[in-house]
Amino acid sequence: MSTMLQVTGLSHRYGTGEHAHVAVNDLTFTVETGELSCIVGPSGCGKSTLLRCISGLITPTGGEVSLHGDRVTGVPEDLAVVFQDYSRSLFPWLTVRQNVEFPLRWKKSRAERRERSEEALEWVSLPGVGGKYPWQLSGGMQQRVSIARALARRPALLLMDEPFASVDAQTRFELEDLLRSVQLQHGSTILLVTHDIDESVYLGDRVLVLSKSPARIVADLPVDLPAERHQITTRESANFVSLRAEVARLLQGGTPAEPAAGVVSEKPS
Amino acid sequence: MNHFLGFLRKWSLFFGAVVLWELATRLAEDPFFPPPTTILDKIAELWFSAPATRLFLTDDVYQDILPSLGRVFGGWSIAVVLGVGLGTALGRSRTGMDYVGPLFAFMRAIPPPTLIPVFLVLLSIGTSMKLTTIVFGSIWPILLNTVDGVRSVNATQRDTARSFRTPQHYWIAMVVLPAALPKIFAGLRLSLSIALILMVVSEMVGATDGIGYELIFAQQRFDFPAMWSWIVLLGVLGYGLNALLLVVERRMLSWQPSTGATTAKTTGA
Ligand SMILES: Nc1ncnc2c1ncn2[C@@H]1O[C@H](COP(=O)(O)OP(=O)(O)O)[C@@H](O)[C@H]1O
Ligand SMILES: [Mg+2]
Repeated sequence: MSTMLQVTGLSHRYGTGEHAHVAVNDLTFTVETGELSCIVGPSGCGKSTLLRCISGLITPTGGEVSLHGDRVTGVPEDLAVVFQDYSRSLFPWLTVRQNVEFPLRWKKSRAERRERSEEALEWVSLPGVGGKYPWQLSGGMQQRVSIARALARRPALLLMDEPFASVDAQTRFELEDLLRSVQLQHGSTILLVTHDIDESVYLGDRVLVLSKSPARIVADLPVDLPAERHQITTRESANFVSLRAEVARLLQGGTPAEPAAGVVSEKPS
Repeated sequence: MNHFLGFLRKWSLFFGAVVLWELATRLAEDPFFPPPTTILDKIAELWFSAPATRLFLTDDVYQDILPSLGRVFGGWSIAVVLGVGLGTALGRSRTGMDYVGPLFAFMRAIPPPTLIPVFLVLLSIGTSMKLTTIVFGSIWPILLNTVDGVRSVNATQRDTARSFRTPQHYWIAMVVLPAALPKIFAGLRLSLSIALILMVVSEMVGATDGIGYELIFAQQRFDFPAMWSWIVLLGVLGYGLNALLLVVERRMLSWQPSTGATTAKTTGA
């Protein structure tokens, strides 16, 4: 397995002088190719800031980020971000298909774009809605569209910032399963942040736990669950229950039950 | 049937008023207020009495109405290009409006017809004087609305486009301008009616042809049915041009969930 993302000593401070606010403090971790890593942390701890640093949208005030070995200075070519707020992230004046094809507009021919968008919409189980406008779809479907748009770009790394925080519980379960199956099928490398403990354990091959602001890494836990997960049976399993308790304890400021920092995650198979 | 009822509701008051006007003017027999039927006769004689080889259109149409329309469209088009172009640049610049804002507010506050004497001296009687007047008077709603519209692009849309490394011209053409379009159209409708007013006024003061010139000329030779004919023509033109623009707007903003509601809200602007 090769390293897709390497974050070394990453810090970010907003503002200067008296009003300076340290959002992220000295984060070091790696994400392996083909892995779905979840970062869980309380609201306001600096998760979005971390993703914005990785995606090159802001330049961190300290440390460095490299993507498949190349140091990130601007926004990298083969990266895509899915934001929490799908209603603002999708362009309302473009149809679903045009939205999905948007990142390919200046790179691919019309025929190739069409092929890729159809394919990506199929991956997220949304065939046949290409001609609709985003507002004609439900919230869950809109978030699928923005996932399709990110996938159509075939990113080496997909970053997701609390992607399911704005949909209802039932839809969230569907989207979680969809994301896992897409990731398994295509071997995508995904880094997802969330404040939801259950979600991080259910989705992740591995969970990184962040402290309260400024964010530090408290633990790096491998998730020892079968690759195929099931909303009811997985959540009932003893492994899941003990993992989520462990994450909850860590988030409350407790110490890890076993030394976990630096543990290299092993992909369960 | 429904269409017919809608048509009736829309126009019954209008036709009722015309009939009342007809009765009142026939009773009063005032030379200043000829009955609508007399005006219609005059209209037929003034503009539609030519032989079939000329499409029944008289010299007045070719020598007065067409030049006037040319001035409105010419002046307004220049205002649209300048207003949208400058507005986009200023809206995108962080500090641009801070510098020019007060200047614009001042220039916009000057009632445009009062500048006709100035332009008359500067440019003498001619097309450039009329175009300048029209452009100067009608550019402000377009310019300021474009600035407003361009600023309505939200942070998530900006981040989304940046995360796709959207090239500058795609960013402007596919995100900034579409986002600004509803506001721009509100400005366009207002500026079109201003352009029509300034066309007439500038022709009343300094012209040897055109609708405004003919209107004043008819009044000076006490040809009141002709004077009213030109006034009716201006009403029809104003209504027609606005209707045409609304059709274009509906087409271009068809992506909006409820174009009807927003149109109604800004019509009075
Ligand atoms: N642009 C900014 N300027 C100043 N402070 C910011 C900015 N963005 C976020 N912050 C602050 O940084 C902290 C972390 O924010 P964020 O990364 O959005 O947290 P999270 O995504 O975990 O909720 C918060 O306290 C927030 O107020
Ligand atoms: Mg956040």
